[in-house]
Amino acid sequence: MAVRTLLFLAALLVLALIAPLLIANRFLIDVLTLILFSAFLGQSWNILGGYAGQFSFGSVVFFGTGAYTSSILLMTFGIDAWIGAIAALFAGAAVGAFVGFLSFRYGLRGSYFALITLAFAEVFKVLANSVEFTGGGIGIFIEHEPGLARLQFDDPAGYYYIALALTVVSLAIAWWLERSRFGAYLKAIRENEDAAEALGVNAFRCKMYAIMISGAMGGVGGTFYAQKFLYIDPPIAYGVATSVEMLLVSIVGGMGTVFGPLVGSFVLHGVNEVTRHYIQTPGLSLIVYGLILIAIIGYLPNGLIGLFKGRARPKDAEDA
Amino acid sequence: MLDVRGLSKSFGGLAAVSNVDLSVDAGRIVSLIGPNGAGKTTLFAMVAGFLTPDAGSVRFQDRDLAGLKPHRICGRGMVRTFQITQPFAGLTTLENVMVGAYHRTADRREAATRARAVLDRVGMAAQAEQPADGLTVAGRKRLELARALATEPQLLLLDEVMAGLNPTEIDEIVGLIKQIRAGGITIFLIEHVMQAVMNLSDYTYVLNDGVLIAEGAPAEIAADPRVVEAYLGHGAAERMRTPEDGHA
Repeated sequence: MAVRTLLFLAALLVLALIAPLLIANRFLIDVLTLILFSAFLGQSWNILGGYAGQFSFGSVVFFGTGAYTSSILLMTFGIDAWIGAIAALFAGAAVGAFVGFLSFRYGLRGSYFALITLAFAEVFKVLANSVEFTGGGIGIFIEHEPGLARLQFDDPAGYYYIALALTVVSLAIAWWLERSRFGAYLKAIRENEDAAEALGVNAFRCKMYAIMISGAMGGVGGTFYAQKFLYIDPPIAYGVATSVEMLLVSIVGGMGTVFGPLVGSFVLHGVNEVTRHYIQTPGLSLIVYGLILIAIIGYLPNGLIGLFKGRARPKDAEDA
Repeated sequence: MLDVRGLSKSFGGLAAVSNVDLSVDAGRIVSLIGPNGAGKTTLFAMVAGFLTPDAGSVRFQDRDLAGLKPHRICGRGMVRTFQITQPFAGLTTLENVMVGAYHRTADRREAATRARAVLDRVGMAAQAEQPADGLTVAGRKRLELARALATEPQLLLLDEVMAGLNPTEIDEIVGLIKQIRAGGITIFLIEHVMQAVMNLSDYTYVLNDGVLIAEGAPAEIAADPRVVEAYLGHGAAERMRTPEDGHA
């Protein structure tokens, strides 16, 4: 079974790699890019929320900080975006450490943690609005000068490949969590923090690592977004909608699973595009989209991945 | 091995544990008994680092444990189980025990091997791949034990591992605990099931209303009128003795 899964994944990857050659439609490439990007951001949420069980409602704070970091470096200091992406990675991790330290140190769990992360995102939005170097409410316009160093492209396939690379890396991180001590500890903390502590798990440290990894990923995602859309302002960088999308793709796909965010992203964006395309009455597509969402969350508490998991599960703990 | 001095804890003016001294010597099975609400679990929670004492000290292998978090105490070789079982519900039995095994190794295969060995030891090998939330009460109690054992402790704190079990299951777990001790692990247990305690322990402490009222070999304890009163109510010892006296 393991070999078959591996072959299937390899085939999927090859297909993903040649997709831009097969698809002539630029719009479709863009949609695929956004699906992959959303899956990447979802995976960043999934590591903290799905694996470690710390439900963040403000994960956009990492994304926004990353977007601002590289954009400011580029537009104010003329530093290339690929270096900016690395800076954004560290900035995201630093914000993760900051938020994590303040929340976990004082034992905030569950809905309290969700609320505090939401509050942090809002605070960052207000700050970005009111200080000079972020461009305030006007935001930052990013010049378009295509080139790999700037992570900007004329061909949408360029963005597609970057999004694909980010997604593959995020899947690799989740896969590592499934097979490592750190991942086992995160799951133990999610299931029962006291019991995990009793068994020698340093819950505080593990949660700090989780939120820093999540933050680093979000930060890099911010750079990608800014280089693709060439504009950021506080509502884009720190908007609640992005936070919700991050957790939604994970929940719909399956929290705490490797492929949950990817599957969730495909289904959510797919449904979204399809309803928008076929239902012309304004607003109706959103209603249909909402109903499908309710059905998935109501009937599939373990997400779409849960549909297949019953079969695959028992093997997981074994060394394959 | 374990040395508790003057340990006290109050909750909002109610003294849950006051000024308790006790010690557990290496290689023994020591028990702590007492009626409901006597403060046993509070005492355990303080020893294992889950609660901060108001006063007093806990020393383990001649080192003070003050201010150490539970995971550090586990690292020193003392691990507790929970009275109300706390399985990692979404994980399998094996994965649950692996969390404990990871304490001694970072390698996944090694942790799995050790966890399987522990499951064998506690007779749960057949349930290894089962989700932990599907286990019976007895299964969950064993799982608590297995997880704790997997951390390879020197001292095992067992909080009412027999509560809620039927007599057959109790016999099994008593056998298991004896076997664990034979394997070189010291055991300090809280228990409600008196008969099991009598069978099992080398030394017993009795806690009532947060105060130690008696200690000694189990047989002496059972005959102590203060203990009988604590369990059966004021005057019970008197009433019980009267008919015996009549016979004599």
